[in-house]
Amino acid sequence: MNDALQGFFNALGDPRLYFLLSCGLLGASLYWRKWFTKIGTGVALLAFAVVFFVWGLGDRDFFAIAMKPDNVPIAGMLVLVGFFTWLALRRAVINDELRARGEPTLEERAASQKVFVWPDLVYTELICLMLVGALLVVWSVYLKAPIEEPAAPAISPNPAKAPWYFLGLQEMLVYFDPWLAGVVFPSFIILGLQAIPYIDRNPKGNGYYTFTERPFAITSFLFGFLILWVSLVILGTFLRGPNWSFFGPFEYWNTNKLEPLINVNLSEIFWVYWLGKPLPQFWLVRELPGLLLLVGYFGVLPIILARTVLKKIYIEAGFARYQVTAFLLLMMALLPIKMLLRWAFNLKYLVQINEFFLNI
Amino acid sequence: MTNLLESIRTSQVWRSIFRHGPPVTTRNRTLAVLSNFFLHLHPVKLRRSGLRLSYTWCMGGITFFLFFVETITGLLLMFYYRPTAEYAFADIQALNAHVPLGIMREIHRWGAHAMVISVWLHMYRVFLTGSYKPPREFNWNVGVILLVLTLLLSFTGYLLPWDQLAIWAITVGSNMARATPVLGHEGPFAGNLTWDGVGLIHAGNDARFALISGRFVGEATLLRFYVLHCVGIPLVVAVLIAIHFWRVRKDGGISGPL
Repeated sequence: MNDALQGFFNALGDPRLYFLLSCGLLGASLYWRKWFTKIGTGVALLAFAVVFFVWGLGDRDFFAIAMKPDNVPIAGMLVLVGFFTWLALRRAVINDELRARGEPTLEERAASQKVFVWPDLVYTELICLMLVGALLVVWSVYLKAPIEEPAAPAISPNPAKAPWYFLGLQEMLVYFDPWLAGVVFPSFIILGLQAIPYIDRNPKGNGYYTFTERPFAITSFLFGFLILWVSLVILGTFLRGPNWSFFGPFEYWNTNKLEPLINVNLSEIFWVYWLGKPLPQFWLVRELPGLLLLVGYFGVLPIILARTVLKKIYIEAGFARYQVTAFLLLMMALLPIKMLLRWAFNLKYLVQINEFFLNI
Repeated sequence: MTNLLESIRTSQVWRSIFRHGPPVTTRNRTLAVLSNFFLHLHPVKLRRSGLRLSYTWCMGGITFFLFFVETITGLLLMFYYRPTAEYAFADIQALNAHVPLGIMREIHRWGAHAMVISVWLHMYRVFLTGSYKPPREFNWNVGVILLVLTLLLSFTGYLLPWDQLAIWAITVGSNMARATPVLGHEGPFAGNLTWDGVGLIHAGNDARFALISGRFVGEATLLRFYVLHCVGIPLVVAVLIAIHFWRVRKDGGISGPL
């Protein structure tokens, strides 16, 4: 029984299933948010997480990875992010219902009243800081900061992992070359975050929780933050072991586990498998299918979207803002698209131009 | 006892520091905020909505508090630590061995993890309440830069224990810079920059070299990260925090329904 359950959760941890399940869970909690934000549901989810964690700690391999000192805060982060997502959605649901009935939101009710900073705010801040300070001291007393072997540039550990908050980027390396996963995407994450106030021209939802007044903005952000950032950090921390191979939460980190790389490029699929010809010599001809796909993706798709699904946003935002928004969203969508292509067709690169080290 | 407190409160020393009576009246509560250097960033009054933890999550305040904790514990750790390949690791070990009941390194490390998490959650809350919308666009941008600097603070600090975890995490993290388009020696188009057939971008002058001050993570990297971690980035962060807080006030105080 125990083994079967552990096997079940090991299987759930498989990157493909893990990613699709997290997307499904996010979609379901947004769609059925009224049900998701009930107190009972929240308590049940928390209880499940606690039971799973306590039960898991009985397993040696789970214990080793979950109780590694540097991983403890990451498990904590998972709980915090889950709780605050639940809380924000709960308040959004309540506010949306109040609005639908023409009543003021929770924030509007409280905003009509003004209070003195001393004592109300000053003491709230003081209590918060004392609690955090106390937590930090207790945490530090019970959990020693680790120190490993002295630095040895000649002996590389396996796995060699980046600091935990960059593990989402390291996970992207499975699907993209370093120039994209390590340089271009992070730059666009920063630029995209900075652009948010200038491309989201929806005046609603300023200063209160809501979902129905800005569903597109919130869904895109939740997808980016919860799925592409937080859940990939979790995946990289707990489910990636030696050689960056996948390991289930109850699996021993065997350094000999290797996943065969049988990935092929789009150019090979197109020229060799479909047309039955050898690869053309000249890179522009060889990579034409991939290049055309990319031109279509970044050049033509925004125009089609502007006339169909995103028509409302195009009208609201105007040409320039819409182009920037569409570009940033398409950049973000490149990661899940490449993941799906990899899983479905073992696709390695859409475009591989070794002549310039340019692989996409 | 009451008399003693009363005599302290009416003494010349006390009254030279706090120029108002106990903050129980409207006037003195106003003065308590206005005449105190540490509290004067606050308004005198605020809307009750900005007080609710279910609204603010207190994550911005916690992030600031953790920055403060990191500064103090970091300062104490600097007394025990020399940023050289010869001493760095030994100093950390000595710190563990020689300081009885010492938890400064623990507080510094766990506080750093907590700060990364709290700054993410702060951004999360600000997004979900739409608080980046006008007139707060610029302050959201300051916040994004502070978030990036928080990660860089943690990244530079990661190297300092000079153990296997440290140098290999920084090696993996900084290897990305090799692939910077044009400016990294393994990046796209870098090979196309040539002079008389000789490549201009190589491992000895590319983006990664600038980041880690060498062809691999070594003693020069340690010194560079140490200076950035202890002085360079904190200075910038402190200035930006001041702007961030000042702009919160200038943009109409903590966000709430318009």
